[in-house]
This record gives sequence, structure tokens and C-alpha cells, in this order.
Amino acid sequence: MSAGTYTPMTGAAPLPRMIVSQAALETRMLLRNGEQLLLTVVIPTLLLVLFSSVDIVDTGAGRSVDFLAPGILALAVLSTAFTGQAIATGFERRYGVLKRLATSPLPRWGLMTAKTLSVLVTEVLQVVLLTVIALALGWSPHGNPAAVVLLLVLGTAACSGLGLLMAGTLKAEATLAAANLVFLLLLVGGGVLVPLDRFPDWAQTVLGLLPLSALADGLRDVLQHGAAVPWGDLGILAVWAVLGLGAAAAFFRWE
Amino acid sequence: MRSEPVVHVHGLVKRYGTRTAVDGLDLTAAQGVTAVLGPNGAGKTTTIESCEGYRRPDAGTVRVLGLDPRRQARELRPRMGVMLQSGGVYSGARAEEMLRHVAGLHAHPLDVGALIERLGLGSCGRTAYRRLSGGQQQRLALAMAVVGRPELVFLDEPTAGLDPQARHATWDLVRELRADGVSVILTTHYMDEAEQLADDVAIIDAGRVIAHGSPDELCRGGAENTLRFTGRPGLDVASLLKALPTDSAADELVPGSYRVSGKVNPQLLATVTSWCAQHGVMPERISVERHTLEDVFLELTGRELRG
Repeated sequence: MSAGTYTPMTGAAPLPRMIVSQAALETRMLLRNGEQLLLTVVIPTLLLVLFSSVDIVDTGAGRSVDFLAPGILALAVLSTAFTGQAIATGFERRYGVLKRLATSPLPRWGLMTAKTLSVLVTEVLQVVLLTVIALALGWSPHGNPAAVVLLLVLGTAACSGLGLLMAGTLKAEATLAAANLVFLLLLVGGGVLVPLDRFPDWAQTVLGLLPLSALADGLRDVLQHGAAVPWGDLGILAVWAVLGLGAAAAFFRWE
Repeated sequence: MRSEPVVHVHGLVKRYGTRTAVDGLDLTAAQGVTAVLGPNGAGKTTTIESCEGYRRPDAGTVRVLGLDPRRQARELRPRMGVMLQSGGVYSGARAEEMLRHVAGLHAHPLDVGALIERLGLGSCGRTAYRRLSGGQQQRLALAMAVVGRPELVFLDEPTAGLDPQARHATWDLVRELRADGVSVILTTHYMDEAEQLADDVAIIDAGRVIAHGSPDELCRGGAENTLRFTGRPGLDVASLLKALPTDSAADELVPGSYRVSGKVNPQLLATVTSWCAQHGVMPERISVERHTLEDVFLELTGRELRG
């Protein structure tokens, strides 16, 4: 490099290019991370195959894959938008990545948009993979695809808000532990593997209000029972999304 | 070249809870290289981060390239480059991948491949950040600060923990930046770094600038200098003192080793040597010690800079 190499020539790249580049980088980081893949791909796939093939839990009338597939799709959303995003963002905060990017030409809202895009891209990959496997296991989905997309989007917003709230307020290690714990508890109590009507009445009422149960229940209403638009579940998800994203915006700390 | 200030800070106050990190700090940095020198906890990083727009000041004004770093961040950010004291990179990102990404956020970035070679990162371009050595991580962070061809670069302790060879490579890059018209604000607690690189030095202690000037000005101003020589033991120091200007001092530190302190200039040197000639003394190992920034700091604060 010769004299004049560093002569200033400033300017930001076009915003769409910055956001796409950021989203691509974040997606690569996620797909390259073994623990994240375990959470987002391996665990949902194993649960789907295992519980569809072996009658471990009584999933009610009909084939178990018809009960399980919608729940596993809900779990996939949780694993990426909540658990994965919380852990990744928590460590980005800890290692100064957020701080460094906050001084780059990419605006903060651009960074958040990129994170959302990255989550959505990952979810599309998960949904395609899990759908193919479920179909191979004999799944026969019904219902309105638009309602399914609406549920997935609102579920993603709810999970993202809560994940970012956790990542932006707790220490990275605490986020790692808490996000995994929540994943595990919701796996059991969120209506994914175990139908909520196996729980006592009072517990059903409470558990039914959790974002994962609302998402799983809504998806099941549409995909298993062919319901049109599950407004009740969408309402619950919308409330979680507003609360979660609002709290994250208010309390998120960049370091 | 030295016209508009690139950084202008006035009355900056920043508190974290009850601790006041920066306490009414004033700093003006002209084009060129400015070193912000001070012990750990003096407020260097907080000052720099306020300039980067990352911290919201509790009081005072900050202008960088004439812009308010918080209200005009959108205009300012593409024009500056930032190297954090540590971190700033995804732990799983490869060195070249991260640098390409940062380059891609700018309109006219440097050639990434050439910059990687220039900073000796060629052998580890495909290595994940967390597997890089400390020195490689520092160099990558430096590359990220300059890749966007900024007008102004903030380097927070750019050579902390580097081996001497890597330090000199970093110094060379700072000199090249300066030669190409890039302004640099760097924090350091290494005196020699400030002396080697900076056109201007601001010494910070307890959240305030306590001295500001070129390294030469700082070392000349206020601080007394010292002349030492050795000769036969037991010379008549009182007689030497009479020959010297009134504000000087002379003593025999250990038998045969003498120290004269005061305003050390050619006149004083001539006075000492002629006194020696009159008394039949051959002054051996005669030396003039210029004060270093270390001495300046010690004199201003009564403390050592490091420790």
C-alpha cells in the first residue's frame, strides 16, 4: 500500500445493502454455531420423529404427527426467535459487537431489522425442513396458509421481544442459562408435546396464556382442525409482542 | 493543515451512578495525531466514547468534525473509524469475513485483501475471531477502524498488550494515516507512544485535562531538567553551586556522581564544564536528561502514571 492509500473518502453504503449484509452475517453466525443448530434444528427434528413414531404421550384422537407437527413448528419459532436470539444477542452485547456496530454507519434500527431478517430466514429453513419430515411421517395439514403465516409472524414478534428483553438486561451467562431453562419449561408446559388438557383446569388457564401455547394452539387449530383464523390465540400473541418489544425498547442496554 | 478542530469538547461531565468518570473536561484536538494520556480510570475511554456518540454526556458539549455525535450520528458515523479497547467482533466470525462486512458498510472502502496483508493478518484470514491471538485481534480491530477510509479515527489503547514488533507496526500505520491526512485520536498509558506519535498530547487525570500541548512543549514547560556527570569523589559542590544561576541545584548523589538540576541550556552546560576546567576536573559520562512525559505527569499529579 502506497502513499495516499488512506486518503479519506467517506460515505455510508446504501441502507438496503448494509441491512442485507448484516442479516447475512448474523445468519451465518447462527448456522455456524453448533449449540444453536442443536437448539433450532436437531432438537425439534428429533422430537418430531421420536414422538410421532413412538407412542410416548397420549396426543388424543387421530395420528400423533397431526398433533405434533404444529407444536414442533411453534417450538422452532421459540428456539430461533427467543432462545437463539437471546443467547446470541447476549454474547454480542458482552463482547462489544453491539457497541462497535453502534458506531458504524449502520443505524440501530437497521441492525434490529437485520436481526429480524436473520431470524425469519432461519425460521423459513426450519419450517421447510420440519414440514418435509412431517409429511414423510404421514402428516396431512389443513387450513388457511395465510392464517399460519400470520401466527408464525406474530409468534416471532412475541418471542423476539422477550428474547431481546432478556439479552439486553441480563448478563450473557444468565441469559444463556435462563433462555435454555425457559425453552425446556415451555417444551413441557407449552402445549408442544403434552396436550394442555392433560393438566389440571387452573393450570390449563395459565399455561394457555403463554406465547408458545398460544402459538401451538393456534397452529393446531388451523393445521389439524382446519379452523379459519384463531383470533383468540392471535390476540394473546399480539399482547405478548407489544409487551415484549415495548419492554425491550425501554430497558435494552447496549453493553 | 492545522485549521478546524476535529474534536471540540467543552465542560464534559459523565457520571456512572455516583461515580464521576469525567468531570468538566475541555479538549480541543486539531488535525493530526492527538494522544489522550492518563492512568487507568482517568476518564480516557469515557471521553472517547462520548466523542463517538456512544455515551450521552450528563453536561457539556461535544463536537466531532463540527457535528453533534448524538444528534448528527447519521452524518458523522461514515466519516469516523472506531477501534474499541477490546472486542467488537462476533466470536465465530472469521477475521477476513468481519473486515469485509465492515468494509461493506462504507461507500468507498480500502482494498480488504491489501489491508489484511499490510497488517500481517494474511495467515489467519479464515480463522475465527475467538481463536486469534490477542495481537491478531488488536490488528483486526485496527483494520476495522480504518477500512472505511475515515477522516478521523478513534483508537482506544491500540497497542495495549502488544509485543514490541507489533507495537511498531501499529505506530507505522498511524504515521501513514497521518501522512495521508487522516486525523487520529488515541488513548494510551504508554508515555513513549504519545511521544513517538502525537502532535498533541492531552494529559487526563481524575476526569479532567491537566496539561495539553505538543510533547516538546509539555516536557520543556514547568518541568526542570537534569545534567549529570561523574568525576573524582568529593568535589566542592558548594563552589559549583555559586557558579550556577540562582534557581539551580547541585549535589553529589553517590561519591563521584554529580547532578545539576535547573534550567538546562547550553549556557548552563558551558558553566559546568568551565567550572570543571578551573578545578582540574575531567567530567566523564556527562549527560543531559530531558524530562519525559512521565516526569511531567509525576510533577503535575504527584503520582506515577502506571501503578
